[in-house]
Amino acid sequence: MSTVPLHRLAHARAGDKGNRLNLALVAHRAEDWPLLAREVTESRVLALFAHRGATSVRRYELPGLQAFNFVIEDVLQGGVNGALNLDGHGKTLSFLLLGMEIPAG
Amino acid sequence: MPLGSDPTALLRIGCGSGFSGDRLDAPGPVADALIASGGPAALMLEVLGERTLALAQRERRQKPDGGYEPALLDLLRPILARCAAADIPIVTNGGAANPRAAARAVLGLARELGLPALRVGVVEGDDIRGTDALDDLEPWEGDAGAVLQPDQVIAANVYLGAAPIAEALRQGAQVVITGRCSDPALALGPMLAHFGWDETDWNRLAAGTMAGHLLECGSQVTGGYFADPGVKDIPGDALGMATLGFPIAEIGADGSVLITKPEGTGGRVDRRSVTEQLLYELHDPAAYLTPDVVLDVTGVTITEEAPDRVRLRGARGLARPERLKATVSLPGGWLGEGEISYGGPNARARAELAGRTLLERLRLLGLEGQSRIDLIGVVSVFDGDGGALRAAMPDAAPEDVRLRLAFASDSRAAAERAAREVLSLYCCGPAGGGGVRSRVTDRIRTLSFLVPRERLAPRVSLLTLENAA
Repeated sequence: MSTVPLHRLAHARAGDKGNRLNLALVAHRAEDWPLLAREVTESRVLALFAHRGATSVRRYELPGLQAFNFVIEDVLQGGVNGALNLDGHGKTLSFLLLGMEIPAG
Repeated sequence: MPLGSDPTALLRIGCGSGFSGDRLDAPGPVADALIASGGPAALMLEVLGERTLALAQRERRQKPDGGYEPALLDLLRPILARCAAADIPIVTNGGAANPRAAARAVLGLARELGLPALRVGVVEGDDIRGTDALDDLEPWEGDAGAVLQPDQVIAANVYLGAAPIAEALRQGAQVVITGRCSDPALALGPMLAHFGWDETDWNRLAAGTMAGHLLECGSQVTGGYFADPGVKDIPGDALGMATLGFPIAEIGADGSVLITKPEGTGGRVDRRSVTEQLLYELHDPAAYLTPDVVLDVTGVTITEEAPDRVRLRGARGLARPERLKATVSLPGGWLGEGEISYGGPNARARAELAGRTLLERLRLLGLEGQSRIDLIGVVSVFDGDGGALRAAMPDAAPEDVRLRLAFASDSRAAAERAAREVLSLYCCGPAGGGGVRSRVTDRIRTLSFLVPRERLAPRVSLLTLENAA
């Protein structure tokens, strides 16, 4: 089965609060929203961030905005004021999500 | 036209700064566009982060006249006289830890600019150090279990809402200076002063808060933090990026919201830029908590009405929360960092050896703290502290790798020593290392708490050169 990176179908922005990260994922085309809904699941996103200690993912669906909001807990290794990571805010992590491979069409 | 003189008239709110490090020349074109519109308008400048406020509180302890945003006068100097002349109030949280001192500094600037009658509103009461509100804090859900030692507190500030800002504007303030308040309140305050919305008119408050949320990060809604070449492009490429127009919201008396930017500026306002900012830093999109209202954006629709003009409809509001969020800053120990580069053949192996050598050195020296190694060029920001991603990609062998050590400790001396160990790699490390940079940072830890609303007593005062002397 061929795959494409999520980056081909959607764009994203990250925001932080403490040790919690939110990733807004927005489909470029409204017709791709159901595919994203099927493929970009809470469990797949949790697996993508497991190496950073993420403990849970909550996905909020926003079909009217052709978007989703993912809220990921404990993924920032202490957050901007505690992390050893160069990017303590986790601002770059929107593009870790966009690197996820999903089935084409 | 002064705010409130015709409450049926469209209100424009511009934002000239989205954070403490933003472009200093951004407010100018926004002020020009607001003035040219001829209608009622206000300009907000958001400059206060969590860490910024803690640093300001420390500065105030050293210097009683300090503790406000260092760039405040630089931001105001080019726009203050023309905004005052056009009845366009400026609302900023640049008061940080010392809004009253900031107001006096602004009055000094006003005198210099030939505006001796300027009226500056000051909003205080967000700082709860030394008050009994500190005794009544409950940890926010994200910081469950946090215990507060009052003698450790550097800063403790509650997010105030829009009402005190609106009150200062009604009293005739031409500049309003606050400490900590919710960022959207910088926009909602002028709306309350202009439209006279009831404080329980939840749907209108929600629409105004949504507009404030879209404005609060400045260019993040007009094409900043957005470009992804070939995917999401900004017209004019680098020149467009270098001249980003900051946002203006057009608010109707019924709570209608349109986002645009000054003509002739760079950037873009479209469905995509607005959607990214609408969801920025939101958790539950049906319950964005602010001091003034709980905002639900799940029913919002976005329409591109014309180039760089985007309409939002459908914000819903629920009754404001009974408890307000407070941010408490505590000492967070020290962070030592050092970096060194390796290029050419076998660069990754040499950088890996340098990293292992550093960890051995820290162990032999008995330094107490937590360490992390990154190989910039292989993987860094995406990795966890244990380097799991790096370990999973043994075959990646770029020929330009920058090794980074990060070491966090409660001891300043230990953090300094760790950073120095990177420098020592010049002579004692693997072959061909160069370009060492290192630094040690004094860290601040922040925790969030909730405070019952009735514990707070926001204060508004109006300062002029006469009464501030």
